[in-house]
Amino acid sequence: MRFWQRLSSVDSRILYLLLALAVALPLVIKPKTSIRVSEPVRSAFEAVDRLAPGSVVMISIDFDPSSAPEVQPMLIGILRHAFKKDLRVIVTGQLALGLPLAEIALNQVAPEMDKVYGRDYVNIGYRPGGSAMMVGIGREIRDYFRTDYRGVPLDSFEFMRRVHNYKDIGLLVSLAHGAVADIWIQFVGGRYNQDIIVGCTGVNAPNLYQYLNAGQIEGIIGGLQGAAEYETLIEKPGSATLGMPAQSWGHGLIILLLIMGNVGFLLSRKKKDK
Amino acid sequence: MLTLPGLLLAAIVGLMPPASLKAVDAPNDQGQSIILTWTAPEGESVPVTGYTILRSCAPDTGFAEVGTEPAATSEYTDNDVIDGTKYWYAVQVKSGADSARSAAVGPVTSKAQWFNTARVNILVVTVVICGLFFYYLQRARKGAKMYIRKIAGLDAIDDALGRATEMGKPILFSFGLGYITDMVVIAALPLLRKIAKKSAEYSTRLIVPNSDPIVMTAAQETVKEAYTEMGRPDFYNPDNVTFLTSDQFGYAAGVDGIILREKPGAIFWFGYFYAESLIMAETGHSVGAIQLAGTTETTQLPFFVAACDYTMIGEEIYAASCYLRPEPIMLGTLKGEDFIRFWLIVLVTATVVLGTVAAVLSKQAPVLNQVFETVVRWATPAY
Amino acid sequence: MKRTVPLVLVFSTALMLIVAFFIPHRPFGDLESRFLNWYTIVSGFTFLLGIDSLTRHHLTRVFRRGQGWGYSLVLVLALFGTMALGFYSWFKFQSPFALRAPFMWLYTYMIIPLQSTMFASLAFFIVSAAYRAFRIRNFAATLLLVAAVLVMIGNVPLGGSIWRSIGALVHAIVPAVDLVKFGRLEAFAAVKDWLMSIATASAMRGIGIGLALGGIAMSLRIILGIERTYMS
Repeated sequence: MRFWQRLSSVDSRILYLLLALAVALPLVIKPKTSIRVSEPVRSAFEAVDRLAPGSVVMISIDFDPSSAPEVQPMLIGILRHAFKKDLRVIVTGQLALGLPLAEIALNQVAPEMDKVYGRDYVNIGYRPGGSAMMVGIGREIRDYFRTDYRGVPLDSFEFMRRVHNYKDIGLLVSLAHGAVADIWIQFVGGRYNQDIIVGCTGVNAPNLYQYLNAGQIEGIIGGLQGAAEYETLIEKPGSATLGMPAQSWGHGLIILLLIMGNVGFLLSRKKKDK
Repeated sequence: MLTLPGLLLAAIVGLMPPASLKAVDAPNDQGQSIILTWTAPEGESVPVTGYTILRSCAPDTGFAEVGTEPAATSEYTDNDVIDGTKYWYAVQVKSGADSARSAAVGPVTSKAQWFNTARVNILVVTVVICGLFFYYLQRARKGAKMYIRKIAGLDAIDDALGRATEMGKPILFSFGLGYITDMVVIAALPLLRKIAKKSAEYSTRLIVPNSDPIVMTAAQETVKEAYTEMGRPDFYNPDNVTFLTSDQFGYAAGVDGIILREKPGAIFWFGYFYAESLIMAETGHSVGAIQLAGTTETTQLPFFVAACDYTMIGEEIYAASCYLRPEPIMLGTLKGEDFIRFWLIVLVTATVVLGTVAAVLSKQAPVLNQVFETVVRWATPAY
Repeated sequence: MKRTVPLVLVFSTALMLIVAFFIPHRPFGDLESRFLNWYTIVSGFTFLLGIDSLTRHHLTRVFRRGQGWGYSLVLVLALFGTMALGFYSWFKFQSPFALRAPFMWLYTYMIIPLQSTMFASLAFFIVSAAYRAFRIRNFAATLLLVAAVLVMIGNVPLGGSIWRSIGALVHAIVPAVDLVKFGRLEAFAAVKDWLMSIATASAMRGIGIGLALGGIAMSLRIILGIERTYMS
């Protein structure tokens, strides 16, 4: 096989090995990167930032462990931001397997910000019901959640006594890896005019720009890059910022491979034409 | 905003009560709800810390607290009222230890409404769309000729099945992570039926791993019935149409395992897919299977296009059942859909042109802007 | 009869829900959420069907010593072991997801790494699929390739570095070019933003509107009983 033919048909296993190296090396040598903040992430940040102290933010954990490396840094970033602004946080979720990730994040962030369970935040847990529940909360949150995830009545928490429905929630944050964010936007954003920001995996971000352009959501935090941008905005670099060199190198490698494959492809086609 | 008279007044008389308190029955609801709005007192010397909402069934006495709101809020919805009962409300503003109460407003009663006036626009659009569908259905019933273009992905089904049979390899069909409530799964069932019939005809094993138990039951029934219709009920084996897991990547791992062990000759990805789409389709490609995909999940289309031989884009999969059963009545609904699409394009284009012209001529012809805003306001769903 | 009753049920339920959408008054107002709640309850029970299918399939294989029966045994043990640990944690710690519960240990050290690994494998598959698919076969494929490369570069800090390097090169050739101003342009990121928020979003909307119309047509076919294949 000629060299240019080889260029256009490298074995998948070699490609995989190259990618593994491109991703692993920067994690070891930790090169410095500068992060540019994009408009959708800045808008999301501002939506949290402009809330008055004491306002309520509801964070819905709509992702599970599979997308945790991408989305968990967003959760941590938003929690840090909300606690710094002295906002009250309600955590809920549409995926039963996602809620423990909230517990992990809350137990990491709350102590470092001196926040107390019940006074500054509650975790109301997961209830099945999907869109029915999302719509139902529009009338009264207690129709679905009478207690928090430990079984403590909601009304025993002071700030929860004034939370009844979306009118009492300043901002809804859906951290989603699938179509759950679409359901929040269509059912809750559409029906109750609720301000929403969405954090999602990189794969899902393209689908959300249409909502952002139409003013149906306030901002998008897309993928690890979005999470790193949010970390930049709150001036607290975390795992997303750490992962950016790896992602950069990975993208760089893919672009190199694409160029290489196409050069090989064009050259071998030229030879064939001759 | 603080005004000088407001500041002076506050300095003389202390904390001012909230102004312009209004209490109205919540519109377009099923009753038992009253909305209160007010404006923040003007010119407090100390910042407001919050509001207490007071309610009574008499105008002058018996006011009791029903709720509280933080300083930044100026609206409260009382969801704890009985329809038909007269209520009076007052709002007390708090500032540290100080408080001031507004005059009581009322009486106000709550009641349920029989029509949601905010949804008139949706009703009009629903009636127009359904009317057009019924018109084309009637035309189809009367025998009007209708045409459906070729869908390459569907034509390729037979070739893929034929090749799998020639190679003596099984066929794999997946609905992805779809539920039976997803339209795309319902649209994919006729395709499974067609594929099952062919598999019975060619005696080629058909494997259908599922992520939802209800979809699994529907798939089992579909395959069983297709085999019976082909006179091969004995060919059905429940071990081939099973439940794997509802977990996204658990399902992907399970399907990948099946692909690597069974090495299917043809794979059909018709249903609802998320990020696992490429993991599964690339594994399918690695075993040399012919792959056909169709999904309504737009973010996954690029992956299927890259990894599969044919991909049905967007609503093509909805049209599949019409394509497989090109009866006039089925085609009539497609025709109606196309007609509505045409008028939507016209409407959207006209609105964009109107908006652009209105923006350009905002000074010369402000009326255009008003017309544009009215159109946009009317078209925006309000609940 | 076997067909007529379900068809009548489908038609009347759909009609009721459509009418209820416009009537807030009881009993119509909460009909939609009531129906969705019923669906949730029913679908909860159907998981028993799923577990039945899964365990039957794998237990048969274990007892008959079928091909790969060892894996089936692992699956059955993992399924019931996880369930047992969940119930134990629930009784002992009030919640399976209490941080000290053994179920949470299983979650943190098995479920999270396993699921993350599967998702991470996507990166590898993207490489092989992109390497194979992004070939300059014609004009459209070239456009696809160029757009993909621009989004990939613009989406990571690498884009900024490349742009600044271009800036330095341009400055070396034409010293009048202001390096800071040039750097601020961030052309790759700007092009990526444009592609995502204008080009991609427009295409997504187009497909989305088509899907919505296709969905309405499909729904009407089902409601009117024209499309019956789902009942098989």
